[in-house]
Amino acid sequence: MTSAATGYGSPPNPDIDVDIEKKASLSRAVDVGFVRLTLALAGFAGIILIWVILQTTEAALLAIQQFGLGFLVTARWNPVENIYGVLPQIYGSLVTSLVALIFAIPLGIGTAIFLTEGFAPKWVTEPIGFAIELIVATPSVVLGLWGIFVLIPAVRPIFRAINQTLGWIPFLGGPAPRGPSLLIVAMVLGIMISPIIISITRSTFESLPRSLKEGALALGATRWETLLTVMIPAGLSGIVSSIMLALGRALGETMVAAMLSGNANRINISLMQPGSTITGLIASQFGEAGRLQVSALMYAGVVLMVLTLLVNIVAEIIIRKFQNLEQ
Amino acid sequence: MRTLLSAFSLTALTVGFLTATSAQAQTVQISGAGATFAAPLLQRWFDAYNRTVDPTVQVSYQSVGSGAGLEQVINGTVDFGASEAPFSGARLESFRAKYRYEPLQLPMAGGSIEFAYNLPGIEDGELILKRKTYCGIVTGEITRWDDIRIKAENPRIANKLPPLDITWVHRSDGSGTTFVFTNHIRTVCPNWTAGAGTSVEWPVGIGAQGNEGVAATIKQEPGAIGYVNQSYAKLEKMATARLENKAGNIVEFSTEAATSALDAPIPDNFALLVPDPEGPNDYPIVGLFWVMLYREYPDQQKLTKLVEALKWTQGPEGQAITKELDYIPMPEAAIQRIFAELDAITVNPNAVR
Repeated sequence: MTSAATGYGSPPNPDIDVDIEKKASLSRAVDVGFVRLTLALAGFAGIILIWVILQTTEAALLAIQQFGLGFLVTARWNPVENIYGVLPQIYGSLVTSLVALIFAIPLGIGTAIFLTEGFAPKWVTEPIGFAIELIVATPSVVLGLWGIFVLIPAVRPIFRAINQTLGWIPFLGGPAPRGPSLLIVAMVLGIMISPIIISITRSTFESLPRSLKEGALALGATRWETLLTVMIPAGLSGIVSSIMLALGRALGETMVAAMLSGNANRINISLMQPGSTITGLIASQFGEAGRLQVSALMYAGVVLMVLTLLVNIVAEIIIRKFQNLEQ
Repeated sequence: MRTLLSAFSLTALTVGFLTATSAQAQTVQISGAGATFAAPLLQRWFDAYNRTVDPTVQVSYQSVGSGAGLEQVINGTVDFGASEAPFSGARLESFRAKYRYEPLQLPMAGGSIEFAYNLPGIEDGELILKRKTYCGIVTGEITRWDDIRIKAENPRIANKLPPLDITWVHRSDGSGTTFVFTNHIRTVCPNWTAGAGTSVEWPVGIGAQGNEGVAATIKQEPGAIGYVNQSYAKLEKMATARLENKAGNIVEFSTEAATSALDAPIPDNFALLVPDPEGPNDYPIVGLFWVMLYREYPDQQKLTKLVEALKWTQGPEGQAITKELDYIPMPEAAIQRIFAELDAITVNPNAVR
């Protein structure tokens, strides 16, 4: 028997054999363990989200029972008589976020193109990239203070001039603009969210295959044509997802809205007049709120979560559409 | 030699550890939460008490707002609360249901509220606001500074009143300051419909966060006027208006005018609200803040230390700080009753929390 075994070359060393098995089982255990760990972590994230939603909804139950869906279309917030509705805040949240995007999209995409398309040497682009990261790191309360003490005094005369000449446009009308307004919030939000658009768009452009650009240039396309007909369409899904992420961030931003919106519980079609947002309302009223008022604030929080969820769903649909386009 | 040394150091360490723990055991941690308006005074008081009187008493006060403070008192997560509005409504019922007694609310100091304005060329105290006028401003009936009604009341500065829109600035966050202010407005202004509360539905104006937010907004907006705590107006050196009181006199803020305004008979539950003081020289917009206590505490030592500290705040040293920070000290008669209530708190190891 042994000789037959030796016929196949060196005899199998039982020690090594065991070792390999051991190692295999160990590394397999590590593999399995790692997979389970990541599963647990992912599950944990999901559980926390569900937990937050359930808790918030439970806390909001009192207000949900009392006000129902009328909460969404009522434009009153009266803690004295306990009458609550968040229509002005829904309007304020949506309008400030959308206008912020109008500021941030050209700024973000333009900067990303500048940083990736070799318009400037590295010693120019690198500090700019660094500065953009610093904007992200700036606490929103600091940006809010900057808004109060720097931006408002700087833009007020401009706003007044625009209001006087173009006041017939509903969005720019109303009495002479004072300090805080929805437009100021939107401007600061635009500054806050543009780094998200810049960094994601930038990495999208960087990850596009070089052959795309080189091919276009080789076919005789100008730089403009390459950019507009090849690069941007190819990176569209990345750009769109960056915009949607930024929109979500703008909807949820609290401090800037609470400090700069003017917190007026009215729907002003004009962006130059004070308004308020859901986040600003929750942040400013929570501390002193009565029982039903806390519940109504929680309800407002649920509304904001649903709103954000809807935005994300729409974003997902749009991104898929664009991905199909690319293929 | 080495063993001896290490044994020695071990002993030293143990001794050090023992002394440290015994010192720690003596330290009494008292926690409170509530009104932001009361926070500067409470924090100053307890800091001074810790440094100059009893270093073993450490009081931490979180200024989370009156409403949140009352909730924490009901939930039993703090040793005391502070609020500018007395217990009322659903919160009072919850407290009674849980503890089976009335909350003990003791006034510690008062504060007053001023109209601060930003009118180019018009100095501090030059603007006079009669009741009808400031009612008109808060309800939005008067919208211009060159309004004939404002001019008529201010003959000396009538020509200096600028042709500007009035920008009313109010608090956007819920606050006891707003409660005291709207409580006065509700009493004085017939056309005011928004009621009184820590936050109300303002008919006009822009909202700013906190006293500092209101101050910043007023300072930046020519034509702006709003309400801030007196101590804050002084700190920020803001121009403030002279007001007409119930007796029809024009009064400027002074500690005396505010003290005499609060010198009213205090009811048994100490819930004294003076929406419109009656004295001829009284300053019209004043309010108290209360410390909310339990009538039973589970821990004798903590109770003793808390009562001692609270009594100290009403003594000469405590009241010196009150005046220094521009709050209004409690009158002597009230202090006697407050002390009697403090002495009546009992120890019950099974006290509900």
